[in-house]
Amino acid sequence: MLAGYPILSLVIWLPIISGVLVLATGSDRNAPLARILALVGASVSFAVTWPLWRWFDTQTANMQFSEFSSWIPSFNINYHLGVDGISMPLILLNSFMTVLVVLAGWRVIQNKVSQYMAAFLIMSGLINGVFAALDAMLFYVFFEAMLIPLFLVIGIWGGPRRVYAAIKFFLYTLMGSLLMLVAFIYLYFQANGSFEILAFQALPLTMSVQIMLFMAFFMAFAVKVPMWPVHTWLPDAHVEAPTGGSVILAAITLKIGAYGFLRFNLPITPDASHYLTGFIVTLSLIAVVYIGLVALVQGDMKKLIAYSSISHMGFVTLGIFMFNSIGMEGALVQMISHGFVSAAMFLGVGVMYDRLHSRQISDYGGLAKNMPVFAGLLMLFSMANSGLPGTSGFVGEFMVIMGTMQVNFWYAFLAASTLIWGAAYTLWMYKRVIFGAVTRKEVAQMKDVVPREFVILGVLALLVLAMGVYPRPLTEVIHSSVSNLLAHVAQSKLP
Amino acid sequence: MNFGMSDLMPMLPEIFLLAATCAILITDLFISDQRRFLTYLLSLLTLAICGWLTFSTATGITAYTMHGMFIDDLLSDTLKLFLYITVAVVLVYSREYLHLRGLFRGEFFVLVLFATLGMMVMISGGNFITLYMGLELLSLSLYALVAMQRESALAVEAAMKYFILGALASGMLLYGMSMVYGATGSLDINHIGLLLQMGVANPAVLVLGLVFIVAGVAFKLGVAPFHMWIPDVYQGAPTAVTLFVGTATKLAAFAFAIRLLAQGLQAFSADWQQMLAIMAILSLAIGNVTAIAQTNLKRMLAYSTVAHMGFLLLGILSADVAGYSAALFYVVSYVITGLAAFGMIMLLSRHGFEAENLDDLKGLNQRNPWYAFLMLLVMFSLAGVPPTIGFYAKLAVLQSLVSTGHTGLAVVAVVFSLIGAFYYLRVVRLMYFDKAEDTHPITPSFDFKILMSVNGLAVLALGIMPQPLMAMCLYAVEQSL
Repeated sequence: MLAGYPILSLVIWLPIISGVLVLATGSDRNAPLARILALVGASVSFAVTWPLWRWFDTQTANMQFSEFSSWIPSFNINYHLGVDGISMPLILLNSFMTVLVVLAGWRVIQNKVSQYMAAFLIMSGLINGVFAALDAMLFYVFFEAMLIPLFLVIGIWGGPRRVYAAIKFFLYTLMGSLLMLVAFIYLYFQANGSFEILAFQALPLTMSVQIMLFMAFFMAFAVKVPMWPVHTWLPDAHVEAPTGGSVILAAITLKIGAYGFLRFNLPITPDASHYLTGFIVTLSLIAVVYIGLVALVQGDMKKLIAYSSISHMGFVTLGIFMFNSIGMEGALVQMISHGFVSAAMFLGVGVMYDRLHSRQISDYGGLAKNMPVFAGLLMLFSMANSGLPGTSGFVGEFMVIMGTMQVNFWYAFLAASTLIWGAAYTLWMYKRVIFGAVTRKEVAQMKDVVPREFVILGVLALLVLAMGVYPRPLTEVIHSSVSNLLAHVAQSKLP
Repeated sequence: MNFGMSDLMPMLPEIFLLAATCAILITDLFISDQRRFLTYLLSLLTLAICGWLTFSTATGITAYTMHGMFIDDLLSDTLKLFLYITVAVVLVYSREYLHLRGLFRGEFFVLVLFATLGMMVMISGGNFITLYMGLELLSLSLYALVAMQRESALAVEAAMKYFILGALASGMLLYGMSMVYGATGSLDINHIGLLLQMGVANPAVLVLGLVFIVAGVAFKLGVAPFHMWIPDVYQGAPTAVTLFVGTATKLAAFAFAIRLLAQGLQAFSADWQQMLAIMAILSLAIGNVTAIAQTNLKRMLAYSTVAHMGFLLLGILSADVAGYSAALFYVVSYVITGLAAFGMIMLLSRHGFEAENLDDLKGLNQRNPWYAFLMLLVMFSLAGVPPTIGFYAKLAVLQSLVSTGHTGLAVVAVVFSLIGAFYYLRVVRLMYFDKAEDTHPITPSFDFKILMSVNGLAVLALGIMPQPLMAMCLYAVEQSL
């Protein structure tokens, strides 16, 4: 074991410090230096997460790699970190994605390079903080602070309507989180002056209080997930954000919402969670079915994938609120898998956009002729997005459907329809973009992927396949924590 | 009446400041315009010595002198130290700005120092008369300061408005004080507090007096519905004066409110809490909503001040030590942030050009990424987004609200801060997302550059490590009330 080493602090602060260093390279004259420094920073930051995986104890549901020191004694706010099987894979995912994002922006970003790279590195550290924080106020600080770099990324390097999208994104998420802040302060007094999340989880609360708290948390996390009907910021943000921003949004920040449900809603307000299951399930199924149909009619590829993300995240919330082991583990597997698949899809669109500067499906057609390697890779990701067996997309969806079936046949029936919608919108898009005759001469001139792009997409392809064929390492890591959470949620906290 | 040196010791900083200011006034008469820099240095030196005097005579024990007219406690020492720093920062920021506009004259420094003296008296006032005297010394100096730019019609109009409304507020305050005097037969705030606790006063007269006192305090703080002067004065006054009015006076107004409400009329807190609640909500609503419609940066910051002072009232409203210390922390963090915000306006201004419109911030990130970053921190701090100090200030106030059972008010407060976030974000948007129209290089003097950086980074550093300041505020309030 590595007891005593502040690994989590390293995982949080190393990217932030490298971000500041990258920022210090200044103007675009030093862009090459900024890029290299960012890549080194991101890679090293990813490397230091390795001990988390290597020495993670899968037998326990307790918090591991804990760190504790007093931060603001006046309010009893502590710098308390720790991970369990739910948060650890997300930290790994985030640190890994940051490396890809730095690589993906290597050529495309020519304007204010150091700021771009620094924003992603700092954001990466802050998001690791979100997943590792065990003190509610520390969590809140990271949770809010990560909005600032993302806001800037969308607003500075985004598309034509970037300003609208950035402000909408920020205000939407701020709205949700402010009510959560009041909930935290309320719980602080209930817990006799402590912001410890674990203390909140042990607190007995009356039903009416639980429902109020549940709704406050729900507002914060439903916006992040995002659940129907508070999802409208996501397509705007995705469409306008640069590729890297879309990747982080889809792969990581959406997961923060689901993580919040697992860390706050369920354990702190279990009775309200049971009571309001019907409500959440309804919203989740609307997301799965209705948003799936909305995705079908999109003409903009990024928008299509954004809606597909909402639909897939509906699966995650559905699985979480089934309160059985297979459903919840399925939800977690789906979270990680969606992280890879959606990132790959956005990167794929990015590859095309960099060449033709269009996201419209109708502008493409017949890419298979001059971009065969790319077409092959995108095929794999499209299959994974539609949940084909053998890819990671299948595992999570299948587990969630199994878990749902144990509860209610019709829920499962509706949820399973996503295998049709998902296949329909993804493969139809794939067909229109990749196959068919080349109708435009600009398309005919598009070059296949360069080695840098091949590496990015290739690594993701391997991960998608590996998780699809052999998901056990991941399920082993999450199993104890999920069992423990379910046992906790099964007990009433009513006084 | 026997006076000894020991009676004068607690008010040594005030005595020194008065003497030094008179000396500066006379010295300045004999200095030519080219050597006006000397006045500036002398003023800074005076503030530094005041700081040293306050610091070295701070005992932590509450001392009363002049038969209770003057209080020297830890709260007053803390506030005075912050006041000196604030005024010194105001002077450094203002130097070049005043110079370019022909306002770099002795009057400015003398008036600022007299206003500072007034604020110190307010901070230490233990008697209605002392408090009122301090207030008038401050107000009269401010009227003159606002009107200093004689050629500017806007400034003269602002001064006129300020003067008339200020006189009205002073009248109300005096009327309220006389009512309280009628009901209790005392002008000494501690004595009044004692009498009220014993319940010997006529409550009907007292509550009536209380209404007028609260109105007077509200005017000085600039909370709705007594905020009408704020936007005009902020916009009309030279930015150097706006900086002074917008930051330093808030410290004094806070002390004024604490002395009157918490120390004198604490027994009637149930009555003034209701008034404060209404005014706070009104301020949050009017301040935040109206700020959205502004195109003038100074005016926008003025409405933002109204909203912030509403938040401050929420802290006082809790009427316990936690609430007062939260309010103190709030006002100090607001002053630090406000200094940087108005300082940035002066930084972007140059000869013959006032960077007072929102559009003047366009593309600041392109022109100078460092200042854009500092302003970004300031804006997020005003919006209350972590990890900046503004977040902890809001957190402390919300916490005191929830602990005293005002959860509903806390929810209202966060809803309005969400609305407020919009116009702060708009500033960030202008700086980062828009192209620069004005491409003049930004060339502040060296001292301005350093101070601005320290000021802006303090907003972040105190947000990452808020504990020392927070503990200091709590300790000062605990020891004094």
